[in-house]
Amino acid sequence: MAVAKPGARKLEVLTGHQAVAEAMRQINPDVVAAYPITPQSEIMHYFASYVADGKVDTELVTVESEHSAMSACVGAAAAGARTMTATASQGLALMIEVVYIAAAMRLPIVMAIANRALSGPINIHCDHSDAMLGRDAGVVQLFAENAQETYDFMLMALRVAEHPDVLLPVWVNLDGFTLTHTADVVELIDDAAVKEFIGEYKPRYPLLDVDHPTTQGPFALPEYYFELKRQQVDAISNVPSVLLQVQEEFAALSGRRYEGFFEPYYLDDADYALVVMGSTAGTAKAAVDELRAQGEKVGLLKLWLFRPFPRREVAEALKGKEAVAVLDRALSLGSYGPLYLEISSALYECEERPRLYNYTYGLGGRDTTAEQLTDVLHQIQGEKLSREMHYIGLRE
Amino acid sequence: MPELKTYKELPLGGVIPATADRPRKKTGDWRDEKPVLYPEKCVNCLLCWVRCPETAILTEDQQMRGFDYDYCKGCGICAQTCPTEAIRMVDDAEEVPPLGRIEGEGRQE
Repeated sequence: MAVAKPGARKLEVLTGHQAVAEAMRQINPDVVAAYPITPQSEIMHYFASYVADGKVDTELVTVESEHSAMSACVGAAAAGARTMTATASQGLALMIEVVYIAAAMRLPIVMAIANRALSGPINIHCDHSDAMLGRDAGVVQLFAENAQETYDFMLMALRVAEHPDVLLPVWVNLDGFTLTHTADVVELIDDAAVKEFIGEYKPRYPLLDVDHPTTQGPFALPEYYFELKRQQVDAISNVPSVLLQVQEEFAALSGRRYEGFFEPYYLDDADYALVVMGSTAGTAKAAVDELRAQGEKVGLLKLWLFRPFPRREVAEALKGKEAVAVLDRALSLGSYGPLYLEISSALYECEERPRLYNYTYGLGGRDTTAEQLTDVLHQIQGEKLSREMHYIGLRE
Repeated sequence: MPELKTYKELPLGGVIPATADRPRKKTGDWRDEKPVLYPEKCVNCLLCWVRCPETAILTEDQQMRGFDYDYCKGCGICAQTCPTEAIRMVDDAEEVPPLGRIEGEGRQE
């Protein structure tokens, strides 16, 4: 990753919460509607203080539930407001009905998701089961490894969401506690530069434009429902090219170059690789470093973009490997993990398919160590590993 | 039956822009009851106009004129909301004057 010009750098120690809130302060959205939930709440604590101190012009709507938060966001976004929210776990579960509606109404709402395990049993720590609620909802999903990526993705998410070829909600996923509650060095972009980067939002059909009245979110019976869902397919399919363009502009602005939909880490010449999303990528890098130091050809594919799933690019990056372990931090009970299913499907058309294994890790905040991941990289080098689900750090 | 639009031709997200040339389907025949107005009791507060979900309250110079029976679905919100009981619901089959204005008599209980 390239480094910004000296003199332009502004380094701060921020938690993941603060990184999200700082991006939101700089974006200065018209409307934010949210409801508290661990481990998201501090995002809104910080943001509410910016509202109270007059640092933003945002109308902050404190509602009585996440269902109402998302509904208020839909109303605001349909009215033409630049709209954001944040939630986690059960809150996201309560929002999800309205998230589908936001996507279908093509409302570019940017949402920070402080990933937390879904109940039950009730738990407050990280996994990706909440994020997987949005897998089929028509939202764009990004996963951040650290606070820097979280901040950067919040800014890029807005541009992707509001692009006329996309107009969809975008989720920025950051691991609960691991990222939200830990402090990290974040390089910030100056307020004026962010303002220029995000530009002015020009909603396509603002309800408040009374000279051009519209009906929004109408009933669509069998004659129309199918066609309107097909429009969403096109919209989300447009995300990759828009994201590449936004990444290019972001690199010019920040000096931080995100290229494509995942970060390959010692992947090109690797024979054995891990695939992972979120903060565990940092642990995986430590595992890869250790084995590389011993001369083992191992690598990592750290996925940033989960929806839309960049299947061609992922297949291209993984084809020809001997074996790949896909690390899922969520179960799809009754099948393989959600990420494994994507990778497996992506590799179907490849002639040189690697042996593919699925590991579940980190459910309900279970810690995953570099040593466990070096073990995984060794296990997949054996020929006789079972094709059944493997579990990291589970008492069996 | 008119030719249905393809997914590429339909407005984004199913939005329906209001256009003058689009025929508006009359929905007044959905109702069982309809509202009538007793103008002497009306104070032109226009709460009925605010709350009517079908924009079927007709006004002129900010004065309540009556009902657009082509679109009134007979939900009765106007009658419920009227603070002076100037609106009453009657059977849809009942013959009423134009715009539903019943002049020269107070509300009959």
